[in-house]
Amino acid sequence: MNNRGTTRRFFRQWDLQIMVVPAILFIFIFSYIPMYGVLMAFQDYSIFKGFFDSSWVGFRHFEMFFNAPEFGQIMRNTIVIGLLKLCIGFPAPILLALLLNEVRKMAFKRIVQTISYLPHFLSWVIVSGFAMSLLSVDNGSINMLLQKLHLTDSAINFLSLPKYFWSILITTNVWKEIGFGSIVYLAAITGIDPHLYEAASIDGASRFRQIYLITLPMITPVVIIFMILAIGDFLNAGFEDILLLAPNPSLRDVSDVLDTYVYRIGIQNNRFSYATAAGLFKAVISIGLLTTANFIARKSNNSLW
Amino acid sequence: MHSGSFRDKTFSFFVYFTLSILGFATFYPFWNAAVISFNSGTDTVLGGITFWPRDFTLANYQVVFEDRRLVSAFIITVLRTAIGTSLSILATAIFAYGMSRKELVGRKFYMVFCVITMYFSGGLIPYFLLIRELGMMNTFWVMVIPGLISVWNMIIFRTFFLGLPAGLSESATIDGCSNFGILFRIVLPLSGPVIATLSLFTAINHWNDWFAPGIFISNADLLPIQTKLQQILNSNIMSQQMSQMDSAAAGHLQNMKTVTTKSLTMATMMVATAPIIMVYPFIQKYFVKGVLIGSIKE
Repeated sequence: MNNRGTTRRFFRQWDLQIMVVPAILFIFIFSYIPMYGVLMAFQDYSIFKGFFDSSWVGFRHFEMFFNAPEFGQIMRNTIVIGLLKLCIGFPAPILLALLLNEVRKMAFKRIVQTISYLPHFLSWVIVSGFAMSLLSVDNGSINMLLQKLHLTDSAINFLSLPKYFWSILITTNVWKEIGFGSIVYLAAITGIDPHLYEAASIDGASRFRQIYLITLPMITPVVIIFMILAIGDFLNAGFEDILLLAPNPSLRDVSDVLDTYVYRIGIQNNRFSYATAAGLFKAVISIGLLTTANFIARKSNNSLW
Repeated sequence: MHSGSFRDKTFSFFVYFTLSILGFATFYPFWNAAVISFNSGTDTVLGGITFWPRDFTLANYQVVFEDRRLVSAFIITVLRTAIGTSLSILATAIFAYGMSRKELVGRKFYMVFCVITMYFSGGLIPYFLLIRELGMMNTFWVMVIPGLISVWNMIIFRTFFLGLPAGLSESATIDGCSNFGILFRIVLPLSGPVIATLSLFTAINHWNDWFAPGIFISNADLLPIQTKLQQILNSNIMSQQMSQMDSAAAGHLQNMKTVTTKSLTMATMMVATAPIIMVYPFIQKYFVKGVLIGSIKE
């Protein structure tokens, strides 16, 4: 009875449903079918047989991945790059917001903000192009500066030496996103009651102490929410940036992370099942990390859900 | 108000000094790339080009605009951005309007169905195979269709629609307006700011995307400028690796004596960035608001 009523209501509001149902079908095709396709990590997927006729092999691809000679290196790179992004890339926008908030000259503040937001809107292709130009051996600005200051005798080939790769990767990431990331924190700071600062300065607190005792505690909830998101993103150590900044195999020892490995093995070498297994391994750990981070945050009443 | 003790003055100095350095470091890569793109390539090889072109020329741009492949890549990018953005915003807004109506049967189920996709995905390989199965490889539409519905944008649109006064649509219904009528005649005209913000972010994503065309399109005539540029940069670094010299000698352009691979690359980069830099001053006031809308999730 109730069911028939629902069905009747469904068809009576056909104009509303026509707005929603096609989009739901669309999401089903482009998001849910690939989720189902993940099962091919447990198959010997063959493009000739297709998903339904390929044979099932259980966890064999996972075992192969864990025993692969490059497994240790990929995990190390993923974790190191993820940690660097978390420890440097995450606090950088907060620091910038704190600094910008201390600027009293509005024109200066606006100029710095305008410039610092801009790189977010550039593609990684352009950013990597900038990096290649500045770091280039023949007359890149950085090499020219280093030689002028007599810090080095000959030009350094930054982009092909493994020992510089992580620093370059983190610097370009911070360069690109620091300004844009600071927007949310600046908004949170703007929401703080100015009376708090007045009271503190009457009590003789220095500007630095005011940051430490008022600004920071007041923006902690926002910081924690973004922290949870950043931790959930931890294993996405990088993809576009790494592909573009380390296009040549000579850097693979320090640059290959889970995502670039999946791309290389899957798309370039056509080992679909094996690459899917590696990708699934990453997804499972990511969900675990996100849940754990949220659980910890919930203890301090700042959880996402 | 600020009595300005010595400590606070030192602090202020530190703030302005750090921000100035940061501003400079952010600005310089743009400036330097632009300067190199306006400097004759053979002169750039001699070194020392930092803040101003030494041997000013437009030859680099001339070569870029005479290169049929680069011009067509630019046109593809413009087409893709225009078509992709307008279709995606339209489809997502219609979807979001339906989802914002409280009487919608299945509303809760649809919402959960959508939100799940924000946390789980099949990953690159199953997605790649799906696109191939659908026969979308090597088509223009592979750059438009998969991004048509954005769950994230739908939620922002929906939140905005829910904030509009309910009386508006009620009185329109009494006047005999259909749901499509309400959406196009009342709701969308009131949604200027949110449409502008979401269009902006969608357009930037389309403009900057190089990876999807890179794996789904092999026909060189269909590649957008960012993918083309990536291939140019990639071949540059390879040739640099091999010869340790600027690959001026590699020149497929012997007729243009003053142009080198580097100066040409910089000019191409400027062309691929120019539209963003030109609209940037106009969009700035919107995106700050947009980021704040986007960071509030229910």
